[in-house]
Amino acid sequence: MPYIVLSSLLFAGSLLAGLLGALTGLGGGVVIIPLMTLAFGIDIRYAIGASLISVIATSSGAAAAYVREGYTNIRIGMFLEVATTLGALGGAALAGVLSTSVIALVFGVVLAFSSLQSLRSSHDVSGAAEPDAAALRFKLRGEYPLDGRRQPYNVTGVAPGFALMALAGGLSGLLGIGSGAVKVLAMDRIMRIPFKVSTTTSNFMIGVTAAASAGIYIARGYVVPELAMPVMIGVLAGSLVGSRVLMAVRVPILRRLFAFIVIVLAAEMIYNGITGRI
Amino acid sequence: MIKDDPVPAPEGDGALEIVLGRLLRIGVLVAAAIVAAGGLLLLITRGSWIPDFAAFHDVPSPLRSVPGILGEAFALNADGIVQTGLLVLIATPVLRVVFSLVGFARQRDWLYVVLTLGVLSVLAVGLLGWVN
Repeated sequence: MPYIVLSSLLFAGSLLAGLLGALTGLGGGVVIIPLMTLAFGIDIRYAIGASLISVIATSSGAAAAYVREGYTNIRIGMFLEVATTLGALGGAALAGVLSTSVIALVFGVVLAFSSLQSLRSSHDVSGAAEPDAAALRFKLRGEYPLDGRRQPYNVTGVAPGFALMALAGGLSGLLGIGSGAVKVLAMDRIMRIPFKVSTTTSNFMIGVTAAASAGIYIARGYVVPELAMPVMIGVLAGSLVGSRVLMAVRVPILRRLFAFIVIVLAAEMIYNGITGRI
Repeated sequence: MIKDDPVPAPEGDGALEIVLGRLLRIGVLVAAAIVAAGGLLLLITRGSWIPDFAAFHDVPSPLRSVPGILGEAFALNADGIVQTGLLVLIATPVLRVVFSLVGFARQRDWLYVVLTLGVLSVLAVGLLGWVN
């Protein structure tokens, strides 16, 4: 396949991935890697490199909008970034040791989990009633806009939340994804941070987490310009359009459809990992 | 007094948020513009090339280090220009952390200055290639 055709198809696929990723909250990276490996037969290490780049672009692009809306908690973000960046270094180091089949297998499992997680209704917990000792020590609390006023919230479960964030960072560094689903799980379920604050702060952290492993990926040759270019531009454009549309319409059917596609892709990745085809 | 203070709400974070939001937007736009310019050159010069990415090629390349990438970009090599755009993209969240450091220092929040320095050190370890 000539490069002009490959890059055009990758661009189109990435545009769609970015669009659906923004609409469903799963992020574009989770579809890019199966697309590149399963549909185009590209080595998973190149796919991971291109995906990680697209993750930084979408995270920073979306964070710019969210930060101004006042949901993002910069303090909680910085505190948890200690865990995610350390995890990302570990994950990227591990990516150089593990076989591509094992990486494909882990990817499939994380993908399936993320998809199921996205189907959960976005219930809005109003935050923890009482902060725990670590939350007090690290000043983890805040306010967010709710019905035209500022709703204060507390944070709890800081130690287990921190540990789960390190795991999320590790998965990001190993698989070249944002692992937003694991981050939101830690923040919303364990630390009892309000859902909207969890999702926007998680998105805010994804770029820094990915930057920790990006240098390692470049040094290893995982990031090639021929693939990173169409993927980055495509996912970025798709997610920008997607986040605009998101504000205009509710898309439960699209969300279910996308979750179903992602589960099929996850099964395909697991199958290919087990049979050693990737 | 500072110790007993029941965790003041982070005042001043509002201004910081606006600066950070603007920084992230500009960084991504500049990176995307550089990548698009390099990409156009890539398509013009190598559109008919048949690439092989089915297997990973672990070969030395100037595109695997910052000085190498910048050297290729200055030589107006399409690969080098795209990779330079990617470096700008990676630098954007890192710069965001640096800005947060300044913000926390202005608020005299030394605990968070230390935490931010910790994050920056981890980023430096990854970006300077001390892990491989």
